[in-house]
Amino acid sequence: MNKRIFSSQKKEPAFMKEDKVKKRARPRMPIVAKIGTTIIVINIFMALFGPFVAPRSPSEILTPTAFAKPEEIGYLGADYLGRDLLSRMLYGARMTIGLTLITTVIGFFLGITLGFTAAVSKSWVDNLISRFVDILLSFPPILLALIVIVGLGTSIPVLVGTVAVIQASRFARISRAIARNVAVLEFVETARARGENMFSILLREITPNSLMSLTVEFGLRLTFSILFLSALSFLGLGIQPPAADWGVMVRENISGLYYGSWSAILPATAISLLTVGINLVVDWMAAQIGKEISSELLQ
Amino acid sequence: MIPLLIRRFLLGIATIWIISVLVFAGTEILPGDVATAILGQSATPEAVAAIRENLGLDRPAVVRYGIWLAKMLRGDMGTSLATNRPIASIILDRLKNTFFLAAITAIFSVPISVILGIISAGKPDKLLDRSISILSLVAISAPEFFTGSILVIIFAVSLHVLPSISYISETTTPLGVIKAMVLPMLTLTAAMLAHMTRMTRAAILEVLRSPYIEMAILKGVPKKRIIFRHAIPNALGPIINVIALNLGYLVAGVVIVEVIFAFPGLGRLMVDAVTSRDVPMVQSVAMIFCSVYVGVNLMADLLVLATNPRLRQKR
Repeated sequence: MNKRIFSSQKKEPAFMKEDKVKKRARPRMPIVAKIGTTIIVINIFMALFGPFVAPRSPSEILTPTAFAKPEEIGYLGADYLGRDLLSRMLYGARMTIGLTLITTVIGFFLGITLGFTAAVSKSWVDNLISRFVDILLSFPPILLALIVIVGLGTSIPVLVGTVAVIQASRFARISRAIARNVAVLEFVETARARGENMFSILLREITPNSLMSLTVEFGLRLTFSILFLSALSFLGLGIQPPAADWGVMVRENISGLYYGSWSAILPATAISLLTVGINLVVDWMAAQIGKEISSELLQ
Repeated sequence: MIPLLIRRFLLGIATIWIISVLVFAGTEILPGDVATAILGQSATPEAVAAIRENLGLDRPAVVRYGIWLAKMLRGDMGTSLATNRPIASIILDRLKNTFFLAAITAIFSVPISVILGIISAGKPDKLLDRSISILSLVAISAPEFFTGSILVIIFAVSLHVLPSISYISETTTPLGVIKAMVLPMLTLTAAMLAHMTRMTRAAILEVLRSPYIEMAILKGVPKKRIIFRHAIPNALGPIINVIALNLGYLVAGVVIVEVIFAFPGLGRLMVDAVTSRDVPMVQSVAMIFCSVYVGVNLMADLLVLATNPRLRQKR
């Protein structure tokens, strides 16, 4: 009797076995994707809490020495005007990451609304939307932005509007294609036969089944927004100084390169790290659905 | 075949026409008057009116568009508002420099990336492929001003072997021109190489998944032969598209790279013109960029048709 209890205790309980099987079935996140996730989380924290933990004001001129070394004023040293570099980095995180999120989210919702509508609509609506998107796609986005900026001047609303429209055109094209692929599947046919209306088919049948592809696309377009907005700021046509923004900071401090100052490299590295982080995660996610992310990024 | 070519060509022309409408509308109809841009905010209304009439800004937009387009088609781009010099002569010099930069970049990066892509696809998920994949991912994620700054630190600030500013004039020696081109070219190459390698790899892997390749494997055809005789001919179309897409990227990429290195090319001209609100200059340069972009895509379409007999057949 005793022996029997003893032996049964030695065996692994059934629920533990089940747990093991579950863990193996789930695709494990490779180390590079974990690094990417960590980078993203750190950046989100910087954007949320950066201004609270920044040791100094981002606009106060601390020293007359341009590009003062860290030994002279502490922390990471000064930028070209003698302002605290670390504080500007921390404030800049909110501007750079905030604008990236806003433009991508607006573009996302605008784009998938257009794309999904085109996918399930009558041919003339589809044609109208598709041709409009085609026109936007036949332009290098940087030229579109430059043309809008020469007409309207640069300001945050203009930047957000322009980048959101560029993003929307890309989202629209991809979401139309995704929805088209889902729309021919049997369960959508069934829903149609049941007499569900278009809106409910879109919301309840097509959207849930396109989520994975759309998430990958969203991640890709995030990096586009970061790179595009900071490129414009770098050209002097995006966010305007004295605002703290990583792209602006690269532009302001680029002359420091020749004095051995890292004040331009720091924001440039921050931008690169963030995009690398996002792309590492997106690349892993894209591999799950069999996609190559590079071709999407170029458009 | 011929009607299809003509249709593609007309489609390209139509695209350029639509772009011309957009460029004109974007730069002329939107608020922000050229006259006040020239004279400044404090100009008297009379002076503004005089300049408006002088530039023909008092006429309706459609008429102005017609005149503008007719002039453009004749190659008459007008005079730059900022420098008062004829735009065509300014653009020609810059166009040569940019074209040269783009051409060297393409000559370097296209063959290398296609070879790297083939190597990667040949042994997918092995160490070499993984390393190429991660490295190229980092390269496509980094903005041009990051790559450029790092290159400046290495080659100009630390090693003193290359100039950090690409100054080119008539008196620059050929060696000087080459030296001035190296850093901008490397910066552009880094991103392009990465993009093209990844996309070439994806294109070949896509073909390798098809049933006829499986058949070839089952027949015992050697791997090299499968890749070079079976896969690559069929991946040519996608690879050409990849190259076209990247040449399109080059159009956008030069804008930023030229500003980083103060390279006297079309991209920097465009940015300077936008900054000084030199509208005729922006219009002209934008039209050139867009035409090149459309032209490259058209060429790619035609090359894809040429390499894929199936697409040429009538349905």
